[in-house]
Amino acid sequence: MIGLAHYLAVAAILFTIGVFGIFVNRKNIIIILMSVELILLAVNINFVAFSTHLDDVAGQIMAMFVLTVAAAEAAVGLAILVTFFRNRRDIAVDDASVMKG
Amino acid sequence: MIAAIAFYVLAAVSVFAALRVVLASNPVHSVLWLITAFFSAAGLFVLMGAEFLAMLLVVVYVGAVAVLFLFVVMMLDVDFVKLREGFTRYMPFGAVVACILLVEMILISAAVAARGAGAHAPGVQHATDVTNVEAIGRVLYTDYVYIFQAAGLVLLVAMIGAIVLTLRHRPHVKRQDIHTQVTRDRKKALAMTRPETGAGVRPEDLV
Repeated sequence: MIGLAHYLAVAAILFTIGVFGIFVNRKNIIIILMSVELILLAVNINFVAFSTHLDDVAGQIMAMFVLTVAAAEAAVGLAILVTFFRNRRDIAVDDASVMKG
Repeated sequence: MIAAIAFYVLAAVSVFAALRVVLASNPVHSVLWLITAFFSAAGLFVLMGAEFLAMLLVVVYVGAVAVLFLFVVMMLDVDFVKLREGFTRYMPFGAVVACILLVEMILISAAVAARGAGAHAPGVQHATDVTNVEAIGRVLYTDYVYIFQAAGLVLLVAMIGAIVLTLRHRPHVKRQDIHTQVTRDRKKALAMTRPETGAGVRPEDLV
């Protein structure tokens, strides 16, 4: 029988893959944004798993708000990325120091 | 039995797709694998009994966010090979951190689950007369109405922010300006000149 621990394990693996993706793709901000989406997906899986196993729908409401914030974050992040690309003709973010003093 | 098979297939697909997202050399492939990962995660949500959120995941992520990513990846003319420099350099460190994180989280998950947080099996006890959508709808517009409005505000601010960030007015492009067009009158539009006979008119004299 598939229980809570199975879903939590899948969420943990997805979260770890997201963190790993941020580590290895330090220059490519598009992949970093996608990794953040993966992390938020893992959080959502946790929310929904606990919500359904505890019979409390509040977790699913919270997952919806995480979804909202993730969508907003992707939109603003990609807008910043497009502006950044227009200014520098490149999206390598590891040496982005335009905002320094 | 079939639920267990479905869980393992969906979990394996989502984990594999997530790995391909971070390891793919072509960002377009990454986005497509991201869609796969979200789709199988939506399947997991359905298995857990959260149908509404699963459909929401498909609509929001596959329909909006992934397409947004695809647009940006295809629009930007970037040398993605150059961006992969240092990939192997950061790989061992990233792998070590990821392993530690994973072991810790699996331990915590197992401990929490063993303590009885998920004591009763899903789908058995809460097979009531209320559907998932109805259960969400009952609390979303009553108990959580303020936070619901706040979510709308977040989306509004994000929309305005994205527009403000990416909007630009190029010079030397003719645009409609309703105000100047409407407030234009005869005095501004018309000028009487008296050019000399036979001298001709240069265009710059007219404006």
